[in-house]
Amino acid sequence: MTNVLVCIKRVPDFSGEVLLAEDAQSADARFVGFTLSNHDSCAVELAVQVASATDGTATVLTVGSAESVEQLRSALGVGCAAAVLVEADPVALGPADVAREIAAAVRDHEAGGAGGGPGGGTTYDLVLLGNDAADSGDFQVGIRLAHELERPVVTGIKTVTVADGTATVHGDGAEGRETYAVPLPAVVTVLEGGVEPRYPTITGRMKAKKIPVETRTLMQAPTGSGRMRLTLPPAAPSTAEVLGEGPEAAGTVVDLLQKLGVGR
Amino acid sequence: MATVPATAKVVVIGAGIVGNSLVHHLVELGWTDIVQLDKGPLPNPGGSTGHASNFIFPVDHSREITDLTLDSMRQYKEMGVFTESGGFEVARTEERMEELRRRMSSAKAWGIEAELVSPAFVQEKVPFLDPDQIIGAFWTPSVGVVDSLRAGTIMREKALASGHLTVLPNVEVEDLGVEDGRITKVVTDQGDIEAEYVVIACGVWSPKIGDMAGVKIALTPAVHQMISVGPCPQLAEREGEISFPIVRDMDTFCYERQHGADMEVGSYAHRAILHEPEEIPSIDQAKLSPTEMPFTEDDFDPQLEQALELMPELLGAEGAEIRYAINGLLSLTADGSPILGESEVKGLWVSAAVWIKEGPGVGRAVAEWMTHGHSEIDISHSDIARFYPHEREREHVRARTTESFIKTYGIVHPNEQYESDRGVRWSPMAEAQRALGAVFYETVGWERPWWYESNSGLVEKYGDAVMPREHEWDARWWSPIINAEHLAMRENAGVIDLTAFSIFDITGPGALSSVQRTCVAQCDVAVGKVIYTPVLDAKGGFLSDLTVMRLGEDHFRVVTGGAHGRADLQWFTRHLDEDASLHDSTEEISTIGLWGPRARDILASLTPDDVSDAGFGFLTNREIEVKGVDAPVLASRISYVGELGWELYVPFAQAAQLWDAVLDAGKGHGAVPVGIGVYGTTGRLEKGYRAYGAELDAERTIVEAGMQRPKVKAADFVGREAYLAQREAEPAAVLCTLTVDDHTSASGAKRYMLGGEPILTREGGTLTDGHGHHPYVTSAGSAPSLGKHVLLAYLPVDEARIGNELAVSYMEELYPVTVGSIDATPLLDPHNERIR
Repeated sequence: MTNVLVCIKRVPDFSGEVLLAEDAQSADARFVGFTLSNHDSCAVELAVQVASATDGTATVLTVGSAESVEQLRSALGVGCAAAVLVEADPVALGPADVAREIAAAVRDHEAGGAGGGPGGGTTYDLVLLGNDAADSGDFQVGIRLAHELERPVVTGIKTVTVADGTATVHGDGAEGRETYAVPLPAVVTVLEGGVEPRYPTITGRMKAKKIPVETRTLMQAPTGSGRMRLTLPPAAPSTAEVLGEGPEAAGTVVDLLQKLGVGR
Repeated sequence: MATVPATAKVVVIGAGIVGNSLVHHLVELGWTDIVQLDKGPLPNPGGSTGHASNFIFPVDHSREITDLTLDSMRQYKEMGVFTESGGFEVARTEERMEELRRRMSSAKAWGIEAELVSPAFVQEKVPFLDPDQIIGAFWTPSVGVVDSLRAGTIMREKALASGHLTVLPNVEVEDLGVEDGRITKVVTDQGDIEAEYVVIACGVWSPKIGDMAGVKIALTPAVHQMISVGPCPQLAEREGEISFPIVRDMDTFCYERQHGADMEVGSYAHRAILHEPEEIPSIDQAKLSPTEMPFTEDDFDPQLEQALELMPELLGAEGAEIRYAINGLLSLTADGSPILGESEVKGLWVSAAVWIKEGPGVGRAVAEWMTHGHSEIDISHSDIARFYPHEREREHVRARTTESFIKTYGIVHPNEQYESDRGVRWSPMAEAQRALGAVFYETVGWERPWWYESNSGLVEKYGDAVMPREHEWDARWWSPIINAEHLAMRENAGVIDLTAFSIFDITGPGALSSVQRTCVAQCDVAVGKVIYTPVLDAKGGFLSDLTVMRLGEDHFRVVTGGAHGRADLQWFTRHLDEDASLHDSTEEISTIGLWGPRARDILASLTPDDVSDAGFGFLTNREIEVKGVDAPVLASRISYVGELGWELYVPFAQAAQLWDAVLDAGKGHGAVPVGIGVYGTTGRLEKGYRAYGAELDAERTIVEAGMQRPKVKAADFVGREAYLAQREAEPAAVLCTLTVDDHTSASGAKRYMLGGEPILTREGGTLTDGHGHHPYVTSAGSAPSLGKHVLLAYLPVDEARIGNELAVSYMEELYPVTVGSIDATPLLDPHNERIR
């Protein structure tokens, strides 16, 4: 039985042009809405798979605004069983703050009944996070969290299986496929591409609506990220190549799709 | 790729279903040198067409919308992009079943095959629907889905093949040039195009483009939520896009529409989510497309549960996931109708707020209108000219659409009133009317007393003669006080506030020829005469009916109903002679009607002027002095209620004085304030007076309406040639007045029709007129002085016989009716003696 905690972040769902808020402290998502980043979605999928394979539970956690409940519900809708919101203004937080708050939640839950708090003495054998956030891209929270919890950490992982108190994790390294056997408890950060995140079902979504979200406040005032402002990179030059016209172009398109690895 | 040309005859902005249909039909009608622009790529430039659910249910309560839909279906079929699936509108409540019965009336009236069926019938065709959730359904076998993007491409490419069209995708309009009230050019990010005509056909962006020419296009982008759930095993095993009928779950405001292995669930149940045209993302900024906005889950959650309830095995199937979910943007208008026609800027046309089901039909109609000045299908309810200034403001559109969105699948009573954005236009005597307990209904912003609670005592006085209605639906938005006021008016006199009239003063040396050319009736009459006249389009269909007073050699005053006054204003303005001018006096002159057998006594007691029949004849007008009123009053002796009396025109500033003076003077004569319930319905129906928008529209002729006079004036007027031909031909239908012989329903309750119901043979058989149309009730209402419920309907010529026994179908029951009049002869006072 493996209890998994998966940590996610509410991020703008950009697929084209990125807009910044007027104060340049965050991205403006009004045209695209919010979502989980692809790394987070894969982490959630892995959490649900591991929990299900081991008869454990998957709990989802986020540190962010009250609106982040929307993303918690998305994770609940695909099979997480419990949710924790550490409510905070995301712009004020730095990676160290986020790692500290997650660690605090983990410890509190493990302490369980003592403080009378929720979580009921749950020990998280495995903590999964997306490798990095799609908006701030700090690449730090996973490692800092492992440090806070004094647990081993593997980053950039694509698949996770658990057996006999050990997580077997795979990732793609510079030299080829890497495999690690990590004793639990451990922290693993996930890159997209190893699993295909499921969509919610209607029944899943309805169930998710009924699960209460545990809301916590920050343990201490955030120290922040030290970030002055966000800036946009110069627009990438758009180059369009006309592959052909009409049915004759079909073969070229198929070749291209296969080259890109999106053809089946 | 084509470059932006320097000139074009016509530029069509938009390459969605409307723009594509329009360029096709313009080419068909002989137009050349057409340029079509879109800021997006082809074939899906990113507007509402691209994410439409693409299904079509043909039956609507509106004839205009139904006709446009049927024409569109025909065109989609011709293009081979229509798949017939059949469709159910299912009822979970008895109230909804009643609405579906009413829907049967519309189906029969418009000649569309439909039937009410049992839950078992539905389950047989849709096996995954839980029949225990519903109590019945409305089945339309001709419902289907279309490929609207493909249709657009076919039409556009046909036009391209003609050599008369240049298509420019990825070109954005930045400005429109207007000079002297005429469109001159389109400014794009890739060059200017000088053009004689420009058509704005770009859906949710239309208001933004219209603003560039100072034309307010009163639509709002609004969200329609839709999710797609799949793969559903029950669907995956079938070939093709759709093999099960579409289900509209009317009581939850949702639909379920198969799309391959997925079931699309769409909702009109959420709060109204409105956007501004300027705040729609660009293609680069959008996640999917500009009109597929991020899904807001919380708004949809209640619908998930209801959808699952209806189709538990399908939507709850193993592996069936919500794999697509959008807040799709579509266009909504305050009154639910499209926005079509030439704007106040000459040459600048609009074709917007059109849904997939009407697209090709609208394209054809607007192209015809641009070509001939009229279209085969009457689209006057969609005329952009219909809007009064306040109705073009975004606040108004937002308020009304916020209120009406939830009624998309709602049960809307034909007389239902809006609650939002009320109290915009008050007549000068509103305060006095409120004191009288006026119940106000709104017409184009005007708050008009429909009846007065102060007259409630009359209900008792007249007893059963007020024809009380026992069924809640029949009595909704109605009061027996209306009929009591009617009887009091016929017994003594009634005073009616007619401030909502639209009034235009046409003056100058060209005034006479301006009205002569616009009106059918002879306008070259003595000063002081009043004329009642139809106004026709070139093909001889009705554009309006109104009165004209000759106030001077070079001064004519046009008085027309408020509801249609704005379109009339545009028509008269467009047909002015160069040396004539038009002044809109609507907001300056109030009108009070005084009618009834005691009207003359009352007016005589207020004025030293001669108001005897000899001194003030019927169909004449004159200024008179009225005691207590600090301005001359223009009295005009006509009547729309069939009684002796006058319309009294007075400046706004003195209108309240006149109202008080007439009511005070009338008291001793038994006069009462009377509401529009009498003026617009009971009074006119007893007299068989036709109303524009009900009996009269652009598909009807003077001859069919039984309104031809012995002679046609020699002077030319719009529609004259067509009218002369109509007079020579046998009419295809005849407007008749019918009365209901027995109101008793199967349940024993007496039922009263409200309009729109089909007229059938006594046994329930279908009737068909010379147009191939089926007769339906154009107006229905009490005729308290006759003790009858009166219906007007166009009947086939051979059914138009006095005494002919037919039936009206109301809520799927037949009621016997008898033809009482086959021309304009009134049932009450056929020789018009009361008017004298």
